[in-house]
Formats: sequence, structure tokens, C-alpha cells
Amino acid sequence: MKNIIISIAIIILSSFSFASESVKLQKAPIDLDDTISLQRGARNFVNYCLNCHSASYMRYNRLTDIGLTEELIKDNLLFTSDKVGDPMAISMKYSDAKKWFGAAPPNLSVTARSRGADWIYSYLRSFYRDPSRNMGWNNTVYKNSAMPHILWELQGEQHINHETNNFKLVIPGKLSPKEYDQFIGDITNYMVFMSEPGQQKRRQMGYYVLAFLFLLLVLTINLKKEYWKNIK
Amino acid sequence: MEKKSNTSSTGMLGWIDERFPLSSFIKNHLTGYYAPKNFNFWYLFGALALFVFVIQILTGIFLTMHYKPSAAEAFASVEYIMRDVSFGWLIRYMHSTGSSLFFVVIYLHMFKGLMYGSYRKPRELLWLFGVFIFLLLMAEAFFGYLLPWGQMSYWGAQVIVNLFTSVPFIGPDLAEWVRGDYLVSDATLNRFFAFHVIALPLALAGLIFGHLIALHEVGSNNPDGIEIKDMKDKKTGIPLDGIPFHPYYTIKDLVGLSVFLIVFVSIIFFAPEMGGYFLEANNFVPANPLVTPDHIAPVWYFTPFYSILRAVPPLFNSQFPGVAAMGLSVLIFFFVPWLDKSKVNSIRYKGPLYKKWLSTFVISFIVLGYLGTVPSNVWGQFYIAIPIIGGSDVATIVARIFTATYFLFFILMPIYSRKDITKPVPKRVRM
Repeated sequence: MKNIIISIAIIILSSFSFASESVKLQKAPIDLDDTISLQRGARNFVNYCLNCHSASYMRYNRLTDIGLTEELIKDNLLFTSDKVGDPMAISMKYSDAKKWFGAAPPNLSVTARSRGADWIYSYLRSFYRDPSRNMGWNNTVYKNSAMPHILWELQGEQHINHETNNFKLVIPGKLSPKEYDQFIGDITNYMVFMSEPGQQKRRQMGYYVLAFLFLLLVLTINLKKEYWKNIK
Repeated sequence: MEKKSNTSSTGMLGWIDERFPLSSFIKNHLTGYYAPKNFNFWYLFGALALFVFVIQILTGIFLTMHYKPSAAEAFASVEYIMRDVSFGWLIRYMHSTGSSLFFVVIYLHMFKGLMYGSYRKPRELLWLFGVFIFLLLMAEAFFGYLLPWGQMSYWGAQVIVNLFTSVPFIGPDLAEWVRGDYLVSDATLNRFFAFHVIALPLALAGLIFGHLIALHEVGSNNPDGIEIKDMKDKKTGIPLDGIPFHPYYTIKDLVGLSVFLIVFVSIIFFAPEMGGYFLEANNFVPANPLVTPDHIAPVWYFTPFYSILRAVPPLFNSQFPGVAAMGLSVLIFFFVPWLDKSKVNSIRYKGPLYKKWLSTFVISFIVLGYLGTVPSNVWGQFYIAIPIIGGSDVATIVARIFTATYFLFFILMPIYSRKDITKPVPKRVRM
């Protein structure tokens, strides 16, 4: 009897865990060759995210990889530092952040690699009004997330229908839904770039290395044939 | 007394040869080491394993120059390598991909041994050296996996070190001794670093040397399992089916190496995470002792053994049976030379029983490996009303069945290998 109760409990619990994972993620529009999108994303990121979140494994001057000049970076993006070679740090202390928000906002340098682009994109789309939360916002992708909806002025205010899990835009924001999707798409694209700034160079280099190795393979196959022709 | 020169070399080589057996070493181990001429595809992986070992050592040296073995700095130093060190990303991806491919190569190398009876007399010691290398390699990989200090590094180490607590009587003290702390911490990271960069590589190098010395003492086996030394040219004393390792196999291995490098490089440059199998997504989150990840899975090369650990049910509330089974699943390889009672070496001349059991073993290994990467409720549960297994996780029951077949391959080997109907073995090898 006890076993049966335990197994029923397991089934119920496991079905819960499945339910919480069943939020369908939206496909993020990732294109690392689109430097215009990456530059917009860098601007959005620095203006909206890089106040609470740090990205301290990333240096400002690495933004030259997406076509910005050091002058442009200095004039437009350098809010937290005065040297272009500095990491993207923030002035809020980790311990303070923890006190104020309950959980310190994580360093976002490699979040695109741990969460994935689709998760970030969907997360930024899925905030809704929830008066029961102390910040007044909740999120379907990351339930009871400690982060308030920083971009609410842009997206507007969404309400949720708890039966269908669908959103309804109750108060429109400064941006149209389409413009908002592009805005967060650019941020996501930028975060994918930032998670490994050298990745485009890595892929380009890969083709040359592979081309060399295929030539080497042809050479070694022929060498082997030549040496082995008398072995029967 | 005038010492007589033991070599015909002159010049620089002659000067060295009078002081160091260089020419005779090259002769004994390369140009005059006669290997069977019928090596096939499977005989490539020993050389490749040596190649990957060298890659790991070399890339490891460069990583050590920039890595900081401290809980406060480790994660950031890896990102520093990825971003600020010139070609640091390449060195790091070579090392992380190399570790996974090391196991691919070693598993194929071991499978070759099982197929062609390379563990049988007179190659028992050669096999034992190999199993020791495999054991230390697992330890080496385990220690190394903690170093990036991500969530999976941390919790993987936590889970594995906690296994020691299940040892009767001394368990908790033992685990604490291994960690050097009450939980995995800076002290653990430091000692794991020491083991990973010096103790184990040194021991591995020694064992690999022993493995090669043993190999060259008894001579290589081959896909036919025939001793080429039994059929020698009467005049020269050279095996009729033997060819000098150099240049024949050095050149042939270069072809295999080229193909291997194409695979290696494709992963490094185009899929270094290999879909989360080589670099797990959760390991891009810094280690946090206060947040346990939902699903802790070891890297793919440990998952067959991890599956066995999870599959064996606890006894008297102790996890020790599972831990013992996992240990045994690796240690049992030591006994293979004495479990196989067949009259022939190679699978080419063994009967259907051995083929069936070896296939069962390979399937068990792969299924267990897959199940180790997923949570045990992945296939849901059996309908409650089914007697005995009702309500249990389907994947757990499947893992138990394959754990049984994994062990039966070894345990029943003395019986089925004796009973099996073998084919007559020819005197000379076939190409």
C-alpha cells in the first residue's frame, strides 16, 4: 500500500515537472553576420541590461569585432568605465544586489551558452502583470523570476489568461509588438555574439583547416598506396 | 681496454650509438619491429590514443599557463582563456574535444581487443596495462572536469565524491578526506588540479610506456588471432606474415590520422559543445554550492557506468551495492583474459555464441550510456496495476535489464566460450 502511494506521488510529481517545462520557446532571430543588428543589440544591452547585470568577461573594445570603432564605443557606450579596454562591469555590489533583489542579477557574459538564445528571446517576451509579486511582474518562461519587466515602457503591459496561457497587450508600449520583437531579437543576437566573441572567426578558420586536411588526406592515401603496392 | 663499438654507424649517429642505444632502439621498435600485415581499421585506435594523449599534454601545458586553480578565479580564468589569450579558445576546445575523443578512441581500442582476443595468452599483461590506463584515464577526466568550476563540474564532483560516503564504516570520513572539506570547495579544486596536471599524467605516461614495452615483447595480435612468430622465414628469422612497422604502419596510420583530424577539427571549429555532450550548457553557469541543478548528468563517457550505479537498488538504505556494481563494471575488465576459455582468439573463428554475447554487451553499453544522460523518468512509469514493476520508472527497469546483460557477458564467458563451436584457424593470415 505504501509503495502504491509513493508511486502515485511520483507520477503526480513528475507530471508537474513536465508541465513546468512545457512552455514552448520562441525561435530567436539569430544572425551573427548581421552586424547592424549586433550593433543595435550592443546599444540596447548597454542601455537596458548593463545596469544591474554585469558582463564582466567581455571587454568593451571587443565590440570592434562587430564593426564599431573605439571612438564610437567611447562616445556612445562607455557608461560604466572610462577605458575602452575595460570589462563590462557594473558599479552595484554583488552583496547589495542580493539584499535588494533577493537574488543578485547574474553575469550575462555567457548566458547565451547556458540558457540558449531561444530561452533569452522568449523570456524577454513573456513578462506579464502579476500584482501578487513584489515587483508587480511575473514571467511564463522563468516562473517567479526576481527580475521586474525592465522593458515595460517599450513593450507595454501584458496580462495573462491563466487558462490558455495567452497574453493580451492591455496597455501599448512605445514600440509596436513587431518593433519590440526586433528590439529584443537584437539583444539576444548580441548576447549570442558576446557569449563567444570569436565564434565567427573560429568557423571561418575551420574551413581553411579542413581544406588543408583534405589535401593531407589525399596525399597520405597516395603515399600509403605507393608504399603498400608490394604487400600481398 | 678499448670498448668495441656495437654499431656500424659513423658520424653523429655513431657518436650517439656508442653512448646511447639510439639506432638499436629505432630498429627494435620501428624499422625492425615486425607487425602482422593484415591489420584492419580497428588497429588504428592504439596509435590514435597515443596521438590524443600527446595533444592533451601539449594543450594542457598551455592551459595551465593561464588557468587559475582557485574557486574564486577558476571560472573567470577559463573565460579569460576563451577571450583574451591568443588562440586560447582553440587550445581550450582542443583540450575539451580531445578528452571526449580520447574516450571514443579508447572504447574502440578496447572493443578491438574483445573482438580479436588481444587479451589472450601471451598478451594478458598487455591487457592489464591497458585496463590500468583506462582506469587512470577515467580518474584523469573526472579530476579535470572539476577545473572549469561550472555548475556541472561542481555538482558532478559532489555526487561522485559523495559515493565514498556509502562505503561501510569509514565512508563519511573517507569522502571528507578526499574533498579536504565538508563540501566540494577551493581545497578540493586545488588537489584535483594537482592530480589532473601532474600525478595522473605522469602515471599515465609510465603505464603507456609499459603497455608499449609489453606489446613489443609479445608482438601484435591481428584480426585472425594467429601468432605470426610461429611461421618464420627459415633463413632470416623474420615472420612470413610480418612487415616492418616503419614505414608500412607509420604511413598507414597517417591516413587514419588524417581522417581522425578531419573529425577532430570539424568538432573544434564547428560544434565545440557537440550539442551539449562535450561541453554541457549548465557548465557555463559558475559553480554555486547553494543551487543544485535540476538534472545532474556526467559527461557522456561516464554515463554507462553512471547508469549502472543508478540502476542497482539500495540495500538496507545503503547505496553501497550501486557503488560496488559501478566499480565492478570497470574492474571486471581485468579478469577477461582468464574468463575466455575459447580455443581460438579471433571473432573470425569463434562461433555464434560469442558473437551474440559480444553484440549484447555492446548494445547494453550503448543503451546504458544513453540512459545515463537523461533523468530516470524519461520514459515515464509502468502502469500501477502491473505486478512488481508497476509504478517504477520504465527507464530504471530497462537499465536494470541491461546492467544484468552487461555483467552476464563477463560472468557467463567461461561457459559460452567453452561451449561455442569454433571454426578451424588457418596457418597464415588473410589480408
